Amino acid sequence: MTVTPPATPAPLDVGAGTVLTLQGISKRFGAVQALKNIELDVRAGEVLALVGDNGAGKSTLVKTIAGVYTADDGSMVFDGRPVRVGSPAEAQQLGIATVFQDLALCDNLDVVANLYLGRELRKGRVLDEVEMERQSWELLRQLSAKIPSVRIPVASLSGGQRQTVAIARSLLGRPKVVMLDEPTAALGVAQTAEVLNLVERLRERGLAVILISHNMADVMAVADRVAVLRLGRNNGVFVVSETKTQDIIAAITGATDNAVSERAARRSREDS
Amino acid sequence: MTAQDSAQLPADLQDERLIASSGVSGAVSAFTARLRSGDLGSVPVVVGLVIIWVVFQIANSSFLSSRNLVNLTLQTTSVGVIALGIVLVLLLGEIDLSVGSVSGVAAALVGVTFVNQGWPLVLSLVAGVALGVAVGLFYGLLYTRFGVPSFVITLAGLLGFLGLQLLVLGKDGTINLPYDSALVGFATRSFLPPAMAYALVALVVVAYALTRLQGRTARAAAGLSAAPTSVIAIKAAGLAVVLLIPVAILNGDRGVSSMFLLFLALVVVTDLAVRRTRWGRSVFAVGGNVEAARRAGINVRTIYLTVFAACSTFAAVGGILAAARLVAVGQASGGTDTNLNAIAAAVIGGTSLFGGRGSAYSALLGALVIMSISNGLALLSLDSNVRYIVTAGVLLIAVTIDSLSRRSRQAHGRA
Repeated sequence: MTVTPPATPAPLDVGAGTVLTLQGISKRFGAVQALKNIELDVRAGEVLALVGDNGAGKSTLVKTIAGVYTADDGSMVFDGRPVRVGSPAEAQQLGIATVFQDLALCDNLDVVANLYLGRELRKGRVLDEVEMERQSWELLRQLSAKIPSVRIPVASLSGGQRQTVAIARSLLGRPKVVMLDEPTAALGVAQTAEVLNLVERLRERGLAVILISHNMADVMAVADRVAVLRLGRNNGVFVVSETKTQDIIAAITGATDNAVSERAARRSREDS
Repeated sequence: MTAQDSAQLPADLQDERLIASSGVSGAVSAFTARLRSGDLGSVPVVVGLVIIWVVFQIANSSFLSSRNLVNLTLQTTSVGVIALGIVLVLLLGEIDLSVGSVSGVAAALVGVTFVNQGWPLVLSLVAGVALGVAVGLFYGLLYTRFGVPSFVITLAGLLGFLGLQLLVLGKDGTINLPYDSALVGFATRSFLPPAMAYALVALVVVAYALTRLQGRTARAAAGLSAAPTSVIAIKAAGLAVVLLIPVAILNGDRGVSSMFLLFLALVVVTDLAVRRTRWGRSVFAVGGNVEAARRAGINVRTIYLTVFAACSTFAAVGGILAAARLVAVGQASGGTDTNLNAIAAAVIGGTSLFGGRGSAYSALLGALVIMSISNGLALLSLDSNVRYIVTAGVLLIAVTIDSLSRRSRQAHGRA
């Protein structure tokens, strides 16, 4: 962000390393209160998992942050300054990149073309394929991505590799926050591991990562904090290293008497 | 793979899963592997063209004579130019059924303004081409603003512009273009001197080799794998042979027609625009996945508008060239044949009906196939009934190959 001093308001005090803060975000669709007073802060170099049951408001929240929806109420602070995100393009310009579940790749184009789609590098009027390919490799190497060739159509890549390409593409705009919507939903074991490694890489690069997932194993494996949504409201933020899975599941379902907690209780009785 | 190995390898060849291929043999094996996986490109149409030519040559020994091949180039041009526009529209996964009518109405406009109204030739030509641009923009607007399927828009255009053509021509029905006008001269009597044709071939081959070598240096400097000079030399030599043989044969008669050269130039320019510019990349992206293209920030609307406009413009140019070659424009100009031939040419040439896959060269190859059939059957004095049936058969084969190779590509993960 390039800043001209007098015009911009002084950075608000939102805690060290916080990139994005949501304050009292609400969103209604007709009679349905999809989000109510959501508070969230996202820190650089941290993976924040966003979990919740179906209909808890995860997707609505992601789309609100990404600029697809505008919030009815509440405010967003990005990089210490209050912002309004009116469109996905504005969110991207700010530095909020989103990888939606359908990835939005062009199957008939190769990896380089997909990475640079809509922002191709040019030499004069002509595409600079060499430079794009060089930078693609550089980026993929940095992410330790396992793509055999960047000159094959994206259709020939596996699900994990396609996810990797989509995530790598989101990084080209040099974002500060990357939101991943269900990145492991349709993936096998090895591919899931690949994508989770990639998430680690994003954290190492100092990005703030918001990971939306249904899979508690993935969440526990890679997230630093877990924010739980329930029926459109905050239902607790947990630090992963100090929390058990069943506590989070209890927060998601709103009940403590579920199969997971029962089994855990049984186990702890047997252990003692 | 050790760290030292990977430091020496180009950045794009470091993955241990890649099958190593280097040098000439590597280029050959990569090519055959691509064919096996169903990425056929223009191989089927070239094979088909060779078969058609051999069959007609056996049936009538004058088919491959210099004189007849010069005729073939003249016949191919107008259909080829129109097919070039169809290729662009097909790349988007859309269709334009009205190219025949648009070519006819543009030719009629040129005929009426130039002959009947006495306009200067240039002004008439500009009017004809501008009509094409306007028609395409109109289609594009209907498509992007109201979401009417291109099939229906252009079907309406097919009828509407046929009516407009009859209206423009008035009750006379046929307008003869003056034989000594520059337009007719260009289309019928203008041929390159043999020396100039050879010089042009040399120029093209040298330009090709130089750009390839330059690309090689740039890739090497960026730490990427580059084609070995031997492969570039072989390809340049192959290009020289492919260009020299036809030029030599054509020079045995009148030579390379200026009109055909214009068509070739349009093909090359379109190919470069499609493969090497941001606009062309966007066309492929929209043809592959509109939603992805839109989210990537591509102005999808502009792409549709420009492509429909380019298609109708090519149709108008093709229609004017056809009229110039036949020295007349009439009610039958741009009739059913033109329409179907142009669309069939693009598909036979290897441009996919499913969008996002194709090449400008398929217009050239496909038009050559279509016009070879028509020319060869005319030499054998067979009626148009046979010609229609044979052309239909070739079209069916081409579409079947497209569908089969698409399936194979999906099975081999190259869709």
